[in-house]
Amino acid sequence: MNDSTPLIVLIAILGGALRVSTPFMFVALGECLTEKSGRVNLGLEGTLVLGAMTAYAVSYHSGSPWLGVLAAGLAGAALGGIHGFICKLPKVNDVAVGIAMMLFGTGIAFFFGKAYIQPTAPRLGSISLGDWTGNAQLATALQINPLMIVGILVAILMWWAFANTRWGLIVRMSGDSAPSAMAMGVSVDLVRFLATTAGGFLAGVGGAFLSLYYPGSWNQGLSSGQGLMAVALVIFARWDPIRCVAAAFLFGATGAIGPALQSVGVTQGYYFFNAAPYILTLFIMIASAGSKKAGRDVPGELSIIK
Amino acid sequence: MSNALSAAPSLVSTPRAMSLETIGMTKTFGSFTALDNVSLKVDAGSFHALLGENGAGKSTLVKSIMGYYHADKGSLLLDGHEAQVRNPRDARDLGLGMVYQHFTLVPCLTGAENLVISRADAPAVIDWKKEKKALDAFLDRMPFRAPLDKPVSSLAAGEKQKLEILKLLYLDQRLLILDEPTSVLTPQEADEILGLLKGMTDRGDISVVIITHKFREVTAFADALSVLRRGKRVGGGLVKDMTTDEMARLMIGDTPIRQRALRQENTTGPVTLELAGLMADGDEGASVLNAVNLKIHSGEIVGIAGVSGNGQSQLVEVLSGQRPLRDGRIFVRDKPFEPTRDAYFRLKIFGLPEEPLKNATVARMTVAENLAFRNFDRPPNAKFGWWLSPGPMRTKARELIARYRVKTQSPESAIGDLSGGNVQRAVLARELSGEVDVLIVANPCFGLDFASVAEIRSQIMEQRNKGAAVLLVSEDLDEILELADRVAVMSEGTIAFVSPIGETDRATIGKHMAGHE
Repeated sequence: MNDSTPLIVLIAILGGALRVSTPFMFVALGECLTEKSGRVNLGLEGTLVLGAMTAYAVSYHSGSPWLGVLAAGLAGAALGGIHGFICKLPKVNDVAVGIAMMLFGTGIAFFFGKAYIQPTAPRLGSISLGDWTGNAQLATALQINPLMIVGILVAILMWWAFANTRWGLIVRMSGDSAPSAMAMGVSVDLVRFLATTAGGFLAGVGGAFLSLYYPGSWNQGLSSGQGLMAVALVIFARWDPIRCVAAAFLFGATGAIGPALQSVGVTQGYYFFNAAPYILTLFIMIASAGSKKAGRDVPGELSIIK
Repeated sequence: MSNALSAAPSLVSTPRAMSLETIGMTKTFGSFTALDNVSLKVDAGSFHALLGENGAGKSTLVKSIMGYYHADKGSLLLDGHEAQVRNPRDARDLGLGMVYQHFTLVPCLTGAENLVISRADAPAVIDWKKEKKALDAFLDRMPFRAPLDKPVSSLAAGEKQKLEILKLLYLDQRLLILDEPTSVLTPQEADEILGLLKGMTDRGDISVVIITHKFREVTAFADALSVLRRGKRVGGGLVKDMTTDEMARLMIGDTPIRQRALRQENTTGPVTLELAGLMADGDEGASVLNAVNLKIHSGEIVGIAGVSGNGQSQLVEVLSGQRPLRDGRIFVRDKPFEPTRDAYFRLKIFGLPEEPLKNATVARMTVAENLAFRNFDRPPNAKFGWWLSPGPMRTKARELIARYRVKTQSPESAIGDLSGGNVQRAVLARELSGEVDVLIVANPCFGLDFASVAEIRSQIMEQRNKGAAVLLVSEDLDEILELADRVAVMSEGTIAFVSPIGETDRATIGKHMAGHE
């Protein structure tokens, strides 16, 4: 080991954070929007996988990865719409439906995706932000995907809209007190349906990132539970879109610890470090369960707290 | 009207208050007639009280007016013109506003956000600078203010209630319906708000319909009243022409009321229940009980008055073992008490918590099972402490159901299917049928009709006369003034004031409830 080792590890972690955080970010934003309207969608893992498959297939056939991204979003919106529709029916538990939708989403993705495991589809390009540094490692780490920027912009837009637009207030109102919203003539079911659909769209786009940028291929083990982690992220971020982005970067960074250490020759505890995001999730859940602030920020209508 | 000028419409001082009239309004739910041909007139600029027992149809009437229900028959006139109200939004557009028993403000939004979003023409993108300016200008015209920049969840009940009313005025509603608006307020706050509304009706700005149980509020503020009983309008008229006895008679009809148990003037015994420095945290972690100290003697009722949300519910939860203590001790007959099932049994501590369906029963279990909660694992209900015998349980349940007149189809019905009064009676039967040393009671008569109220109060008094130490937490000051031997006022999680009931009055108690010395 030499002096630059810690630096290399840090750069690798930074690169990892920038590279792998985007799907977390999109799913977390989608879930944030859904939960703000008072509904839980645990099915976003399935949406993510279906989005990944759809994006890859459309990109392969059309030759345009961005068309793939759009298709992934639409596939996600369709799954979200189904979830939203089923949850509107009386006496339906959104947590149970969400789990069913998760299995459904991954199931149809595997079913239709069999044919796309072998072929290579055109992938999304990247933007180099680090060439000026003159440091090859830093330059690689700072290669980012336009979707990440889109994600950050969506988060800022959501954060602004929740406070400054009629729609934003109506979504928060439906999520916090359905009777009040109904007393104002707001159709809570419709708001939740639309929020769930839009949330599905975002999660689908997150899936496109997985298959079209990083890791950049379609296979059945692509997501490995990232969609579920992202749902936990929303609780950690206390239903704030900006904090969702920060949490996604934190998750990306912890996920990169293992590979980063391996790249400098530290192989001890490789699997342990790879589990870091999951261990982090666990601790976050424990910490936020006892957090008084989380209790204040949670939308009052969420069925997980009723 | 002799003046020729007054016949011309005046643009300056058009009376804005709206009149309301229902004609033959009828609403049935299945075979049950909730509203039976109700005709009622509220003049423009009047303060109209709507009286009636629970289940008399008051809520059904106002909900039919507000468009939540569609009346089967009858029509609604606003300002003399027939109006179609298909849903609450129509009602809002017509100038009808309602303040509910529960708050309808969205807790996570600020006051300003709540006001702006409630407007039908809320802009798609809100220019907060402009809206804040408009809101300030609006508040300057109003007789009272409420904070607009804080999330509603952080406001006190009185502030929330003011904000609810401000919201309706902001929406330019010209007839306000208030459904028991003062139950969450101190007497002073209630008087203040009703007084302000009264002023607005006198000026002809609005008309008000108020549903209330408090005759004091009717006689102090209302001009006219209507009484509903079993879905029918059985009487009414100008308030100044009626006595409260007449109002009560109209409300209850010929239902016989059980004689109130008289307070035996027995000398109170030794201290039975002692609360020493009780401290506890609320659901959100903030301290809600800050050193509660109180001694209750046997044969004494101590009434705890206070505005809801000052720690009373949490105190009851601590005493019934639902909330852990952070600090402090509870002593029963000078021995430290821990809330275990065994200790409740040994020390004969019983309780009637508020919302009994939630706090004292399991809604889906049968009446018989719920009645056996205290003793299902003791003989004769159980052998060896775990082998249950349904036979004795059912026999005992039948006896209690008969003795306490619980109306249920059978002991095997789910207790959740019973009406509120009967759930309360069932819990009463379970808690009071044996020997009671300590009794913890919270809002025992909330939402019950006259007959049940009288019966439950007399049961509590009987226990006191038999020597129980009774802690009565109530949001109804009249209930405390009627039952208690001593009153203790709770404010911000501590006992702010204690006095024998004969040595204090409503105004003094109210001042302490509001946190003033």
